[in-house]
Amino acid sequence: MASQERRNTEAQSREVEEAEEAPLPTHQSSTEASAQVSGTDDLLDEIDGVLEVNAEEFVRGFVQKGGQ
Amino acid sequence: MSVRRVMGTETEYGVLAPTQPGANATVLSSQIINAYAATMREGYGNLPGTRWDYTDEQPLQDARGWQMPRSQAHASQLTDEAPVLDAEQIALAGADFSTGFGQEPASDVLMNIVLGNGARLYVDHAHPEYSSPEVTNPRDAVLWDKAGDVVVQRAMDRVASTPGFAPVNLYKNNTDSKSVSYGSHENYLVPRHVPFSDITAGLIPFFVSRQVICGAGRVGIGALSQEAGYQLSQRADFFEADVGLETTVRRPIINTRDEPHAVAEKYRRLHVIIGDANLSEISCYLKVGTAALVLDMIEAGTAPQVELESPVEALQTISHDPSLKAAVRTNDERMLTGLDLQELYFEAARRHVGNSPDEQTRDVLTRWGTLIEVLRHDPMDAAADVDWIAKLKLLQAYRDRDNLAWSDARLGLVDLQYADMRPSKGLYYRLAARGQMTRLLTDSEIEAAVVQPPADTRAYFRGNCITHFPGHVASASWDSIVFELPGRRRLQRIQTLEPLRGTRELTKHLFDAADDADEFVSMLLGDAPG
Repeated sequence: MASQERRNTEAQSREVEEAEEAPLPTHQSSTEASAQVSGTDDLLDEIDGVLEVNAEEFVRGFVQKGGQ
Repeated sequence: MSVRRVMGTETEYGVLAPTQPGANATVLSSQIINAYAATMREGYGNLPGTRWDYTDEQPLQDARGWQMPRSQAHASQLTDEAPVLDAEQIALAGADFSTGFGQEPASDVLMNIVLGNGARLYVDHAHPEYSSPEVTNPRDAVLWDKAGDVVVQRAMDRVASTPGFAPVNLYKNNTDSKSVSYGSHENYLVPRHVPFSDITAGLIPFFVSRQVICGAGRVGIGALSQEAGYQLSQRADFFEADVGLETTVRRPIINTRDEPHAVAEKYRRLHVIIGDANLSEISCYLKVGTAALVLDMIEAGTAPQVELESPVEALQTISHDPSLKAAVRTNDERMLTGLDLQELYFEAARRHVGNSPDEQTRDVLTRWGTLIEVLRHDPMDAAADVDWIAKLKLLQAYRDRDNLAWSDARLGLVDLQYADMRPSKGLYYRLAARGQMTRLLTDSEIEAAVVQPPADTRAYFRGNCITHFPGHVASASWDSIVFELPGRRRLQRIQTLEPLRGTRELTKHLFDAADDADEFVSMLLGDAPG
């Protein structure tokens, strides 16, 4: 019984391990994706900090004379 | 069979003083010129070459063989007349040039200076313009183009730190997206014997399609941005003709201004007005490098034979489709995309240069071919190399994060600020600082090119006259240096009509040997002062 239990436990844990292994690739790619997202977030955070404050007014005020 | 030829670039910067809405753009532009002049004056103890020698300017001469009468020309075409600011305009600007920039007399506001690196910095059509010195290859063209960006950055810093002056921001773009466009031109020296009709035929399909590899990108469709959206080119919506003399109205894909600034019997200067101003070094490099290759093919008769049914319409169709799938009709009933057209030219160039191109020609070809492949697969993969894609990727990230429509003012601001010349504010510079833009050059090379002329063209002679004899150069132009010498009653005009003379190899020993300007001019003229 004991050994039966152990086998069951082993089988269960093997199943658990397999279950953990199976999603690994997805898990990895989602890590990459989230790294990319955080890279983009980080970039946008930086750019938020340098963009002129009142976008609408600033863009409207950029009026040029014609050139060549 | 090479990318090597005499060439140069011109940039008209957008100009804005955010704290002075409605300020006179010509006055703001002149502040940039005078601020840079002040830094030169401090460096040399004197300011040389402040007048431009207009003797050889012929803006109304048409390459097709005639001259436009002055009476028929638009006022903005008369670029052979020096612009002036009157006292009222200067007074209205409310800033004191004499105390700010050490001008003497105070009324003498400079509209033009010639730089020690051989470039010209001046006010053109209410914009500050930097015209690069003549160079012999695409990489040097990018180097001295980028040096111009540093020149105007130093001028902006100087204005901003001068008491009594409001900061002036410059933008390396080509439109305010409110109906107005200003240029970023390229110049290529071409032998006079090449028929102009060959140049036109060979270049139009190339110019219509090259925006896919080097457009600067723009938020808004139409000259007035009347439609929301994104397009490849800053300039496409401002072109109305296939061929013509004008550059400020009815803009043509091929400009026929025949003002060679060189021996007219031997050369033309092809004045290209259709390009976008680039911040990406790779975009700029491919813009001039591929154009040089196409000119080489036109001269050799190996350019692809393709004719577009409606070039201006095709230019806009290709610009308006960032997916690069839009096709345009040829005269033989084919439908080709911008990438198809670029590939035609690339394949012809590869056959044309053969097996043993020089190193830079090989480099341009390799980058061109690789980029076309990448763009076919997924344009977004070329974000590090191509301005319009770098900008689009940024805009798309904002759209995704904040769910913005193309009409949102914040996207317009990202478009504008991509071209902001302040390294702390300019989004190109922020991307480059993060290592997200491919660099062709180092910052130290660019710094050196701010003060040093190219060694292998007449710009070497011009630049060194400025730096060696700042007190004695009365005026200068592309093809002349005028000396004013105490020992001679008349001004001495030295012509430099051959772009490949006046090089370091030919003139360095004269600069080394002469103790002063008088002796230098005597050696040049082969006479004794008198």
